[in-house]
Amino acid sequence: MTSLPEKTDKKLGLVIDLDTCVGCHACVISCKEWNTQGYGAPLADMDAYGAHPEGSFLNRVHSFEVTPDEGPSAVVHFPKSCLHCEDAPCVTVCPTGASYKRAEDGIVLVNESDCIGCGLCAWACPYGAREMDPSEQVMKKCTLCVDRIYNDNIPEEDRVPSCVRTCPAGARHFGDLGDPDSDVSRLVAERGGMDLMPEQETKPVNKYLPPRAKDGLGETDVLAPYLDPVTEEADGFVGWLDRALSRI
Amino acid sequence: MHPAPSLIIFTTLSGLGFGLLAWLGAGALVPTGWVGFVFYALGYGLAGAGLVTSAAHLGHPERALKAFTQWRTSWLSREAVLSVGALLLMAPHAAGSVFFATPLPVFGWLGAVFCVATVFATSMIYAQIRAVPRWHHWTTPALFLAFALSGGALLSGQITAAALLLALLAVVMVLHWHFGDRRLAEAGSTPETATGLGFMGRVRLFEPPHTGANYLLREMVHVVGRKHAVKLRVIALLGAAVLPALVLAALPASHLAAGLAIALHGVGLMASRWLFFAEAEHVVGLYYGRR
Ligand code: SF4
Ligand code: SF4
Repeated sequence: MTSLPEKTDKKLGLVIDLDTCVGCHACVISCKEWNTQGYGAPLADMDAYGAHPEGSFLNRVHSFEVTPDEGPSAVVHFPKSCLHCEDAPCVTVCPTGASYKRAEDGIVLVNESDCIGCGLCAWACPYGAREMDPSEQVMKKCTLCVDRIYNDNIPEEDRVPSCVRTCPAGARHFGDLGDPDSDVSRLVAERGGMDLMPEQETKPVNKYLPPRAKDGLGETDVLAPYLDPVTEEADGFVGWLDRALSRI
Repeated sequence: MHPAPSLIIFTTLSGLGFGLLAWLGAGALVPTGWVGFVFYALGYGLAGAGLVTSAAHLGHPERALKAFTQWRTSWLSREAVLSVGALLLMAPHAAGSVFFATPLPVFGWLGAVFCVATVFATSMIYAQIRAVPRWHHWTTPALFLAFALSGGALLSGQITAAALLLALLAVVMVLHWHFGDRRLAEAGSTPETATGLGFMGRVRLFEPPHTGANYLLREMVHVVGRKHAVKLRVIALLGAAVLPALVLAALPASHLAAGLAIALHGVGLMASRWLFFAEAEHVVGLYYGRR
């Protein structure tokens, strides 16, 4: 049934640090690399070497320019994937039961052998987290690397989502957001982690950590006061030249 | 949203078909013999053609039967169950009328209720989607029901009812546009809420995540279709409601007048349904700097 579980035992999810992300897209690539060979149908690329290449991805990195009322703009790199919402609208619209949210850990998954490829779940997601595979015609989405995080056959440090393992900046964190004492929950509390589009009332599990305030230009250097010009009037040869030329 | 031809054809044909069957089932018209055959063939044909087109829209039509399982939560599943239920319940009434000149009003009425419920379920597939604020409003089911009932009345030759319903349809169309144009702003979703970065300032897309197209852009960030929106609104309103009503009022009742009214209505219906999709803004566009 595509009804949502009343509550989930855990709320596994990601915490993404917008202060730290450098916009390298490594998570996009590692996600595609892992998920094209594991869970479900491969992530196809169409016209890969032609004029209009495109394919299905589970994670994409946007970059935004944020302009304050005063002062310079900032660029914020913004990775986006399924937020494993508590009130996931994508699950309840599914006519076949292919989309579901797991009661044990809250991961939202698609059972691809039941999916008829109607695309309604992708419409229902406000975040654009679901893409129809152009070749297999079934719905693809982030699985939170369900085939890594419980996988006893890989070294323990690899039992996190591929994007988290790959991020060179340490901008991605994985854990149980339902446990207030977990590392990720404490990080969210400390840094004021936020929901995307809260007005859509999806109750996302994934949280985003806002960029920290930047230092202002005025206080860039403690030595600045010593670099102020000490004399207004030039002397010596330049001073003579200045005075001579001013008189003409 | 992408105005996919299969969706436009599916929703318009099945709406007309179920609308006609509803009038036939409710006994507004009790045709028997060959005349009955023509009417029921048209009703079943339109509804059936709509359902077949909708299955063709699927990535995996061979698994379509699975879509009958989730009626407890999913409007799409409810639509599937109700539509088949409507066609089956109506069958004894239709067969009785056509072959034995014996209408079975109980089945007719039940079928009619299921026909209207099917159209309502179709409309709720769209109206339930909060991420498309223009659709997420009571005018969506009102629009679909007004179209199905007035189109059905036209097809079944219910002149007075058709004229009244066409007037109602005109009002509903205008209301859907009137409220629809404000829905995105009312929903309160902006690039600032989408990114959570509003506390820092105004948010603008600096670089998209990919340089090519993708499924999301094609399916949900379809903005080119809105180019002629105003003209199409006029065509839709005149064609679907105003002109057919005038034809019914001005011309003496004849097959020709009915045919003209139906043809005009069909053109307006198509234009209106195109706009229904093309004008609908999905909030995911906010991540792409488009609406
Ligand atoms: S982010 Fe989208 S796909 Fe993921 S659970 Fe939420 S609504 Fe569903
Ligand atoms: S595309 Fe597949 S998973 Fe999504 S709603 Fe349709 S059947 Fe369900």
